[in-house]
Amino acid sequence: MKNTIAISIALAMFAISGMTAAASKTTATAPAAAPVFTPPNEDSIPNDEFGKIVRQGKNIFEDTQHYAKQYVGNGMNCVNCHLGAGSKSDSAPLWGAYVRYPAYRAKNKKVNTYEERIQGCFKFSMNGKAPAVDSPEMVALVTYSYWMATGAPVGAKLKGAGYPMLAKAAITPDAIRGKTVYTESCQICHGANGEGKKVDGKSVFPPLWGSESFNWGAGMHRIDNAAAFIKANMPLSKGNTLTDQQAWDVATYVMSQERPQDPRFKGDVAQTKKDYHDENCKYGETVDGKVLGAAH
Amino acid sequence: MKHILLTALTCIPLLAQADDVAQTITTQGSKQGATACMACHGADGGGNSAAGFPRLAGLNEAYIAHQLHDFQTGKRNNPIMQPIAKALTDNEIQLVAAHYAGLPIPTITPAGGDPALLRKGEAIATKGDWNHEIPACFQCHGANGLGIEPSFPAITGQSATYISNQITAWKSGTRANDPVGLMKSVANKLSADQVKAVSAFLANQPLTNGSQK
Repeated sequence: MKNTIAISIALAMFAISGMTAAASKTTATAPAAAPVFTPPNEDSIPNDEFGKIVRQGKNIFEDTQHYAKQYVGNGMNCVNCHLGAGSKSDSAPLWGAYVRYPAYRAKNKKVNTYEERIQGCFKFSMNGKAPAVDSPEMVALVTYSYWMATGAPVGAKLKGAGYPMLAKAAITPDAIRGKTVYTESCQICHGANGEGKKVDGKSVFPPLWGSESFNWGAGMHRIDNAAAFIKANMPLSKGNTLTDQQAWDVATYVMSQERPQDPRFKGDVAQTKKDYHDENCKYGETVDGKVLGAAH
Repeated sequence: MKHILLTALTCIPLLAQADDVAQTITTQGSKQGATACMACHGADGGGNSAAGFPRLAGLNEAYIAHQLHDFQTGKRNNPIMQPIAKALTDNEIQLVAAHYAGLPIPTITPAGGDPALLRKGEAIATKGDWNHEIPACFQCHGANGLGIEPSFPAITGQSATYISNQITAWKSGTRANDPVGLMKSVANKLSADQVKAVSAFLANQPLTNGSQK
């Protein structure tokens, strides 16, 4: 039944996109619906030199701890924020990002190449150091992304790219309410102290805060990003089951915990907050009598 | 390991006694009428694949105890196990759980099967099916499905019948003791073909005696 509906929807979309294409030949103003894209199946990775690097990129992406360990400074793997090996819609898929670079980013106020964007991931989300643009790791990650975006239109804002941002919360997000959500829905995997879980030294559930998690410069520390990711993807397999308010609250709770210092910090939390942090984050704010970002 | 050793050294008499109780229940049943576990789960705790009785040997202790308590309350509905669990005291549950957790996993040699079916099952177990928001089994059940204590049991080394019975039970709601409703959510999304494939794959994994939890 579900499949039938999905197929009907897909067919309808196909028909609509066909119509749009046809219409755009005659009129210059086609409706701006986000194009739907399906990434290639893993079985289609070619068995040649190119395919070898695609697979290397996939390995790095899924087990960054092992395959790019010299660039990683915490317990995270790329796949923790980009589910399904970077293929899942609404989980910042690689195919959605690849076709959107080079792009101007307000974060560093310049046009960034895709490689520079990945370097940012390593510096902030992985709390490590950026691989050089021509390093084997970077080449593999870019190749994997390129392969995943096979057939996607360059520059398109594809449906399912990024995280679907939520409307402003109805009630001011609250860490205390968020803690209840966390205990009920998140703690089983991520632990009572956000520490995640390791088995035989290998991270199986990612740490959400503390020294092994992403740092204060990572995009995910922003409450709006975290709420969007959580709403669409968490608990794993149960995306879109939390209410928007629950997602805002639990994101606020998690992002009100201590984590590694923002690498752009130059000795003054207040200055770093002023330069790089806005109302969507708790950096430099006092929570439970402690200034977040100050204890290092 | 060190911890276990230390505990063992300091409480040998107590432990011996506890193991006697567990030994009696598993081989002869309990005074209150619980059937001997080994009658269905095998002398080595390896289970009975044809009947779909699960392997208990080497599963994690907390998980086994949790299941027995859930049989008592009916959160896990099973006509055979419910009366047995109800006949056990909390203490007996703890002892039996510890007993099976401590047993070595019986060696399992894969029997093989339709290669296409096994490949399909492997894809679900190791990669999931993200077009339908199905995570890889091993994301929660650990590398090679060996389990992550305390809530995520080992799923390799269980028979295809047992695995598919459980997925069916989650779908229908006769088993409703999964934390955060995670398995219910996954089970609902799995197609009949996927259930068949993933059950076949998980049952077909080689296991050797080890410290699987």
